[in-house]
Amino acid sequence: MRRERKERAIELFFMLNSLVVIIVLLGIFYILISNSIPAFREIGLREFFTSARWNPTSYSQIEYGILSQVVSTLMVTIGSMILSVPLGVATAAYISELASPKTKQVLKPVIEILAGIPSVVIGFLGIVLLGPAIARAFGLPNGLNALNGSILLAIMSLPTIISLSEDAISAVPREYKNASLALGASRWQTLIKVTVPSALSGITAAIMLGMGRAIGETMAVLMATGNAPRMPSSIFSSVQTMTATIAIELGEVPHHTTHYYALFAVGLVLFIMTFAVNLVSDIILHKYEEVE
Amino acid sequence: MKKVLLVAFLMVFTLMAGMGQVEANDGFFEIRGSDTQVNLTGNLAEAFMDLNPETVISVTGGGSGTGIAGIINNQFALANSSREISEAEMEQARERGVEPVRIVIALDALSVVVHEDNPVSELTVDQIGAIFRGEITNWSEVGGEDKEISMYGRQSNSGTYVFFREYVVKGDYSDDKMRMNGNAQIVEGVLSDDSGIGYVGVGYTVDEGEVIDGLKMVNVAIDENSPYVSPMDPANVADGSYPVARPLHHYSNGQPEGMVREYIEFVLSDEGQQVAVDSGFYPITDEYREINRENLGW
Repeated sequence: MRRERKERAIELFFMLNSLVVIIVLLGIFYILISNSIPAFREIGLREFFTSARWNPTSYSQIEYGILSQVVSTLMVTIGSMILSVPLGVATAAYISELASPKTKQVLKPVIEILAGIPSVVIGFLGIVLLGPAIARAFGLPNGLNALNGSILLAIMSLPTIISLSEDAISAVPREYKNASLALGASRWQTLIKVTVPSALSGITAAIMLGMGRAIGETMAVLMATGNAPRMPSSIFSSVQTMTATIAIELGEVPHHTTHYYALFAVGLVLFIMTFAVNLVSDIILHKYEEVE
Repeated sequence: MKKVLLVAFLMVFTLMAGMGQVEANDGFFEIRGSDTQVNLTGNLAEAFMDLNPETVISVTGGGSGTGIAGIINNQFALANSSREISEAEMEQARERGVEPVRIVIALDALSVVVHEDNPVSELTVDQIGAIFRGEITNWSEVGGEDKEISMYGRQSNSGTYVFFREYVVKGDYSDDKMRMNGNAQIVEGVLSDDSGIGYVGVGYTVDEGEVIDGLKMVNVAIDENSPYVSPMDPANVADGSYPVARPLHHYSNGQPEGMVREYIEFVLSDEGQQVAVDSGFYPITDEYREINRENLGW
């Protein structure tokens, strides 16, 4: 009887904990929505989503268009994925299938350390090291542009992509590989045609989670992309992302003004974007577990 | 899950920080705001703490906008601001029962800097304005090489951003202007970009009385008929012939009292003004001394 009660209490304790998490998430969502509604009402959905000009502190004409920020954010994020996906998946395949146990022992902690570098440090490297290098390589006056941000974000999302892809690849059942090898396929053919495709849903989920990190990253892109609030014309344009806008402007804005609400609206759009990415990765991951 | 929890903790802490108003007793007070003034104020605070070992002053940046928002919300004792508080902000403060008091602590000549390889060394205020409005886009239009201009400036939460816009740009900044996180980043940007132009507090362009290697300071004229003068010469700033000189401020909530008052007295003393000079800025002129006397009632 007493023991049963004790177990009940433990169960209740854990349930309350997870409840708190859900309440916090709903609370954030509620705050974002309730503070965004005045912005949509005052600015108008049309201007907010279709105007490319964001200039809330303008001299002559105040405008709240997030289009250029959304394009900038997507550009930097997609750029980082183009760089980090092949590199990350190849590294994961190497670690789980080809590397000797010794190499593995070195590589895995090194990748984990990469995840631990603070984003300010990465941003700083973007300014003093990567930026000038990009400028030299492409003959530009300066290297504070979307490409710089993409490379930094690629470095930052690599650990997520590598470790989750590696899990997925090592989870492919031995029998698949043995069957392939027994049919006369080489190790290379087995890896490319059997192992990696079998782990594809796990790898996709890893990529999505890495992308979630890239979209929401603030400090490194704020420092290294130049923050020019125009519509980007190429990867060599200076861009200002949504996260950078919020980080820069929220500190100075008087509370309960249109500008204040507009920043929440930007936050809401960003939240929905990352939420969608996470949801998709969750669905894919779930499917993958069912196959297992 | 971890992230969400972290966010929850952060929210709780931010709320607590917002509610708990920091009082200037217990030997501790806080100064926050202008990035231009961070080093200067840090030096002043250190000098004051050397004289008064029982005092602890915390100095952080964040931009003038952050400082002024903080004084309006009554979060700390003094705000640093490189621009004057606006009418609208004054109103907001009064609604909350706060009466910001303006204290001018030093003068700054906002320096316009280019790469040392750039042949251009003189510009009028109008030309600089046109460059930052995006009307002049090539160095050849102002007597330089045929190169596209890249602009380095501050973000909108910066007092320097606001001041420069009011007095030099007189319009909207070009969307092509790169908005850097601080004075030091602008200097860093111009140093590595031979087509760059930027504006920074004079204290950030010099190292022990000399302009930083690789950087060139532009001499500025009010208009074509006036002399081009350097922000390096204190006389140009004192007599107003350097056109983009500006006062640097502390804002306090009401008349400063106790330790904060002692600190302000130190800042305005000859000793404090010498610290400002050693930090690369200029002492306040009689005109501003008069303004301080009026505002402080001392």
